[in-house]
Amino acid sequence: MTKAIGIARRELGLMFGGPLAWTLIGAFTFLGGYFFYTDLTFYVLFGGGNLPAGLWRYVFLHYRLVALLVVPLVTMRLVAEERKLGTLELLWSLPVRDRDVLAGKLAAAVVVYLVMLAGSAIGPFVLWVMHPYPLAPLAAGYTGMLLLGLAFIACGLAASCVGESQVVSAMLAYGVLVFLWFVSANEAALGEGLGWILLGMSLFDRFYGFAQGVIDLRDVVFFLAFTALFLFLALRALGARAWRGLA
Amino acid sequence: MIEARQLTKRFGGRTAIQGVTLRVAPGEVVGFLGPNGAGKSTTFRIMAGVFPPDSGTVLVDGIDLEREPLTARRRIGYVPERPALQLDARVDRELAFIASLRDVAPGARQRAVDDAIARARLEEVRTRRIGALSRGTRQRASLAAGLVGDPPVLLLDEPTVGLDPAQSADTRRLIRELGRDRAVLVSSHILSDLESLCDRVIVLHQGRVLAEGDPATLGSRLRRTTYVDVEAAASAERLAALVRDLPGVHGVAPLPGHVHAGRCRVEVTADRDVRAAIAARLAGAGVALYALVPVEPSLEEAFLSLVGESTGEAGE
Repeated sequence: MTKAIGIARRELGLMFGGPLAWTLIGAFTFLGGYFFYTDLTFYVLFGGGNLPAGLWRYVFLHYRLVALLVVPLVTMRLVAEERKLGTLELLWSLPVRDRDVLAGKLAAAVVVYLVMLAGSAIGPFVLWVMHPYPLAPLAAGYTGMLLLGLAFIACGLAASCVGESQVVSAMLAYGVLVFLWFVSANEAALGEGLGWILLGMSLFDRFYGFAQGVIDLRDVVFFLAFTALFLFLALRALGARAWRGLA
Repeated sequence: MIEARQLTKRFGGRTAIQGVTLRVAPGEVVGFLGPNGAGKSTTFRIMAGVFPPDSGTVLVDGIDLEREPLTARRRIGYVPERPALQLDARVDRELAFIASLRDVAPGARQRAVDDAIARARLEEVRTRRIGALSRGTRQRASLAAGLVGDPPVLLLDEPTVGLDPAQSADTRRLIRELGRDRAVLVSSHILSDLESLCDRVIVLHQGRVLAEGDPATLGSRLRRTTYVDVEAAASAERLAALVRDLPGVHGVAPLPGHVHAGRCRVEVTADRDVRAAIAARLAGAGVALYALVPVEPSLEEAFLSLVGESTGEAGE
């Protein structure tokens, strides 16, 4: 655990020492702020006084889109760059377990994501100061964003473990996440057997409850299971060096 | 002490190394010599715990690397062929990070970093970003990463690649110094790099240990023959016929010539200089001599010669 913390600290130092983390946090905050402003305007004009259905639903559905765009860019370098630089080889020769390496990388990406979420909360906070409102639906939305972000990070981390190209890593993560996002768009096109499995993995429907202020335990379990699955795949991808070497 | 027993590794259908056995005792610097692709880096990676062998065992101070990987790896300082450090990190911070992963106690980390920096002569660049260092300095930083925490076993994969002659000599001096009380295995594809450095040299070829011994004996075996390129006013065939029977000449091979000159490569015994005899023979035959150029055999050629010798011995 100590080593995972050390790896996370070093990763955060590298991320915040360069422009990448700041740029992505800035992009998330800007886009989040823009969507919040436009959704608030829409709510004031047409919202009908129901804050969860009239405002938070749209805000969080837009936030999840921003997360989909930004998170793979946070995760793409986590392991791929270490592989490219050869530092992964050095890590593997040190007394560190693969799971510590992954835990450290995961923790660093989660911290960056939390900073992004904090940036996105500026608008709702200002609104609360000016016009206090019930915080529970907002908390449910952010719980959903956290779980969704964990799932995205795990998927991106697994993609980053596959090779040494950051672009390939990002595209792989986008491919998986966008597919699982839209897989339920046309349910009739999917067959009986496979369709049931793919629909079960659809990310699109699972977030909807959180966005409207409802926390369903099944959705929580789904996102945690999704995260665990991709962390397992990431671990397997790191372990593949035993048979494929360092290529 | 580090010991490898019968290491074999395959990637897909290709056998990278087969039955590699070696042992390096404390206070010993052992050279690992082989041409590119011989399996040196694969052997190093297995011995460093980067990936496991398909079969065979690595023991570090008697600890099985596969059964107790963390305990064993704590005792190994591995310096990969390519400097493996984060380019955006500062030298001292990267070394402190490696010290923490090598389980150096928090109170002893600063001293471990200072020691490694002093040994690798990095004082002037300790706060610089690694990406801003020259290739040679980055190589020394990579060496410092292997030294931090003072592991008793050092695996140095081609540590002098990319260094200028002065840095290379400096690194060899450092390795000799480190080898006084540590087990050091150092690889190279340049025999002369290892001759002045090692107590013993192991020759790897096509994934197998081909020969082992002290550098002087192995060097003379590897350099049994040398070459002289001859260029004169005669066809390559006539040149070959003229010099073939000179004492010390093992063979003659024609080389692409020019319009008015023939060229051939003469293989000769390493300890004889036959240039005067060749010149005299050509002059006696009335053939104008244009050039006599001694050519050192490449390591690959020397290896092939040793492979031929080894095959011959096996066949006897």
